[in-house]
Amino acid sequence: MKHRDFEVIVIGGGHAGAEAAHASARMGARTALITMNKVSIGVMSCNPAIGGLGKGHLVREIDALDGIMGRAADYSGIQFRLLNRSKGPAVQGPRVQADRARYRVAIQDILSHESLITIIEEEVADLLLSGTNVYGVELSSGVKVAGRAVIVTTGTFLRGVIHIGGRRTIGGRLGARASTRLAERFEDLGAPLGRLKTGTPPRLATQSIAWDVLEKQPGDADPVMLSFLSDAPVAKQISCGITHTNGHTHEIIRKNLDRSAMYGGHIDGVGPRYCPSIEDKVVRFAEKASHQIFLEPEGLDDSLVYPNGISTSLPESVQEEYVHSIVGLEKAIIVQPGYAIEYDFVDPKSLCATLAYRGLTGLFLAGQINGTTGYEEAAAQGLVAGLNAAALAFGREEVLFTRSDSYIGVMIDDLVSRGVSEPYRMFTSRAEFRLSLRADNADQRLTPMGVSIGCVRGPRHEAYKYKSTELSRVRNLLSNRSWSPGDAARSGIAVSSDGVRRSGLQLLSLLNVELDDLAKLDAELSDVAPNIAWQLKREAVYANYLVRQSREVAAMKNDEAVLLPSDLDVKTLSGLSNELKAKLLQVQPRSLAQASRIEGMTPAALMVLLAAVRSLPQMRTL
Amino acid sequence: MDTIFAPATARGKAGLAVVRISGPDAWVGIGQLVGDLPPPHRAALRKIYDLQGGFLDEALVIAFPAGHSFTGEPTVELQLHGSVAIMNAVLQCLACVIGFRLAKAGEFTRRAMDNNRLDLTQVEGLADLIDAETEAQRRQAQKVLSGAVGALAAEWRCDLVRATALLEATIDFADEDLPTDVSPEVLSLIDRTLVSLKREQAGSATAERVRDNFEVAIVGPPNVGKSTLLNTLAGRDAAITSEIAGTTRDCIEVRMDLCGLPVVLIDTAGFRETDDVVEQIGVERGKSRAAQADLRVALVNNVGDPAVVDLRDDDIILLGKADVLSNEMFGVSGVTGQGIDRLIQMIVERLQRRVAGAGVLTRERQRIAVRGGIEALEAARIEIEGTACRSELAAEELRNAIAALDLLVGRIGVEEVLGEIFSSFCVGK
Repeated sequence: MKHRDFEVIVIGGGHAGAEAAHASARMGARTALITMNKVSIGVMSCNPAIGGLGKGHLVREIDALDGIMGRAADYSGIQFRLLNRSKGPAVQGPRVQADRARYRVAIQDILSHESLITIIEEEVADLLLSGTNVYGVELSSGVKVAGRAVIVTTGTFLRGVIHIGGRRTIGGRLGARASTRLAERFEDLGAPLGRLKTGTPPRLATQSIAWDVLEKQPGDADPVMLSFLSDAPVAKQISCGITHTNGHTHEIIRKNLDRSAMYGGHIDGVGPRYCPSIEDKVVRFAEKASHQIFLEPEGLDDSLVYPNGISTSLPESVQEEYVHSIVGLEKAIIVQPGYAIEYDFVDPKSLCATLAYRGLTGLFLAGQINGTTGYEEAAAQGLVAGLNAAALAFGREEVLFTRSDSYIGVMIDDLVSRGVSEPYRMFTSRAEFRLSLRADNADQRLTPMGVSIGCVRGPRHEAYKYKSTELSRVRNLLSNRSWSPGDAARSGIAVSSDGVRRSGLQLLSLLNVELDDLAKLDAELSDVAPNIAWQLKREAVYANYLVRQSREVAAMKNDEAVLLPSDLDVKTLSGLSNELKAKLLQVQPRSLAQASRIEGMTPAALMVLLAAVRSLPQMRTL
Repeated sequence: MDTIFAPATARGKAGLAVVRISGPDAWVGIGQLVGDLPPPHRAALRKIYDLQGGFLDEALVIAFPAGHSFTGEPTVELQLHGSVAIMNAVLQCLACVIGFRLAKAGEFTRRAMDNNRLDLTQVEGLADLIDAETEAQRRQAQKVLSGAVGALAAEWRCDLVRATALLEATIDFADEDLPTDVSPEVLSLIDRTLVSLKREQAGSATAERVRDNFEVAIVGPPNVGKSTLLNTLAGRDAAITSEIAGTTRDCIEVRMDLCGLPVVLIDTAGFRETDDVVEQIGVERGKSRAAQADLRVALVNNVGDPAVVDLRDDDIILLGKADVLSNEMFGVSGVTGQGIDRLIQMIVERLQRRVAGAGVLTRERQRIAVRGGIEALEAARIEIEGTACRSELAAEELRNAIAALDLLVGRIGVEEVLGEIFSSFCVGK
């Protein structure tokens, strides 16, 4: 028996899978999304928040290409905060606390409106291969589904093992099965697999927490949305609670360390350093008397609270004891214990920048299976894989992102060039061009590309065109008008009275000067929409730096333009250490720029590569 | 990878001639020629035969294992008898060993660098050491070769990684309970690096002089005895001397070793107004060379005469032709040798004072890097101290500083910065 044919098949319905399926459908591909459990499509299995520093940037970029994460997050947002509000605009990140149930509903609703998407509820048992070509998947029922490209987004389900204290269970998430057969398939293919771990805190019952004794953290007064298409929150807004661990808590944990799965030696996987378990925090930062805990409600009508900051793999009885030692949680009821999960990932160095697996044609990997962590990182990869799987199916050009155009490009390049040694999370510090890769200009950076490849639809295209036109109109006004120091002083802008006339952009670059102040000098500058005024202010602040960064971008593009031919025989090049040769063979960089980012690469070795590339054509003509 | 070989000593007749062989097949290949190799690091006498079994020479053979040789590869050294014919025969024989080829210029050093046996500055130090002719040059090159630049760079690197990590932590982990104000520590790290960079910058001009030469210009009116002085100092007739004023038309340079210091002595045309176009050009050229020199020795005819060029602090003024003039002021005479020792002593004292403050940065490339680093760190300082702490801009400047110092400190990756963050702060909710 055979299902009808698809262009693209997506395995998994998490954040990577949902985004991949939708991106593929936007490109016009008939897409199947195969999941073990329909109801859990779009489920947030870790903390109930989306966005943040670096992550908020990723969501904006997904949104700029008409993806779904930002819209669903705004629909389900019960608290909006712009992180780093006091710092420069380049490092501000929008973040929402999301109502879990609303988020899932929003994602499922958006997917159900796509006529090109078919959802199949079954387990995938195997890939269908003819030689090195993937042409579909086989379900555990024996049914075969044909497709020209397959995207695997199985998250932590590849040989997932859950640890609570000394107890281990096989599963991809608490209460869900693991995909062991697919993991075996990857092993048979010779894919380089590694093992990672991550953890979650115990979930608490809302009504068992003494909220009135706790400090509250409300959302921002002027909420910043994740999607360029949203105006304001639609759900009711709430506050989170803040509490702290104390000496007694730490003592309980220290006393029971040997019973923790992570410390008891039951886990081989490597965990993320930026998301340490409470055991880790107590051991590694023994001098700290207390650690902060955010109590994040999982939803408006949800009875669960996610205590962010105390993930653990201690036995349930110890979890109960230490939770009860914390102010406000003395009587807290643990509804679901914290646990650690260990899972297989595929070394992303075996992928191309399209997220295609190099060993086979038609196979793409996205999300946690590539060694990343986080909903936003997963969704961004889903987008890249979805666009490229559809492009492959239709024989169109690859859709590539670069370090200079997006955080997505930074992440993909980091993954495929450097691989991962711990679950990979986005940080703004990973983006060397972060002053120009801002959350506010993600649409200006990416929407035009989305329009040209065909993944951006009417309403977004219209919104983009309107914003761009308005931006250039006001930008022109600002650069063409200039005022003397006297003019400026009359409208309350203090500049040194050197008699030099300054353009609107120059005045706007000054601290504490906003577009509103300039409107006093020129009536045409009033009536500018807040988001336009905001973005122009940001451009002005960084103007000098942006010039310099654009020079660096140009230098990098030169190196990007030096392509390393796939037939370049690295093994025969003299002057390269064996270690570097091995790394080059593993990563197979496309360009000199990508090669330069391989760990341990030296300037001398780059010269060898450059020399080799430069002499290749000559050798051919001989 | 090929196994490479080359003579390690200069060509020609000598007591010994050394051939070095480095590469994966060095041991096996030489083993074929000498029977059995002595144990590693042990020198032993072996007879060398070519591949046809013909006797070539008896030589001292030393084998170095991988990781314990200059290149980091398995290496063998053959100390042959120093005859051109033996060397040629051995080189021809080596070329016939499978996997062996003659090394290209600098290839041993290149391999040492590829295998992390030397960093780039050490390679430069080695090149300088081989070229060193004077004692001061030798000492300086030794200092660089021993990794003095690398050690300094390691300090800068450590401080800059830490400073960057502090700033980045406040940016990327803004919603965590970090120590509130990191700027005092960031500022002190930046300042410490700045002080050190500036010290190196100040000392680098002299360091470069030691590597190349100090220039000492002899200036004065015509016929004051400049050329005779130069000839006496040089110990040979480098410049034409005569009683006729204006004999020296162009600058004449003599390289010499003054108490271990490399010095170029420059004899200039006598300074006077003249209608002779050629002589006038010579005078102009002399003025400009004298201005660029590290030290000027001004000769005058009479006590109280002004020097013909502007003198700077350390410069020396004295009477020329002390043999024919009365002895009211310290004078020097190339003809009698009077005052020569004292003049040399004065020059050497002055230059040595400068050498004492010399840094380890001997090349323009390194100086440019340091200058760029200083500028960026000063800009970072301004951003941190400014009214609005724009930490993303301060971080950007730190990144620029690291990029500028890249050649010296090596690349600092974001993973290192993150590693520093995670080991110093408890982040992660």
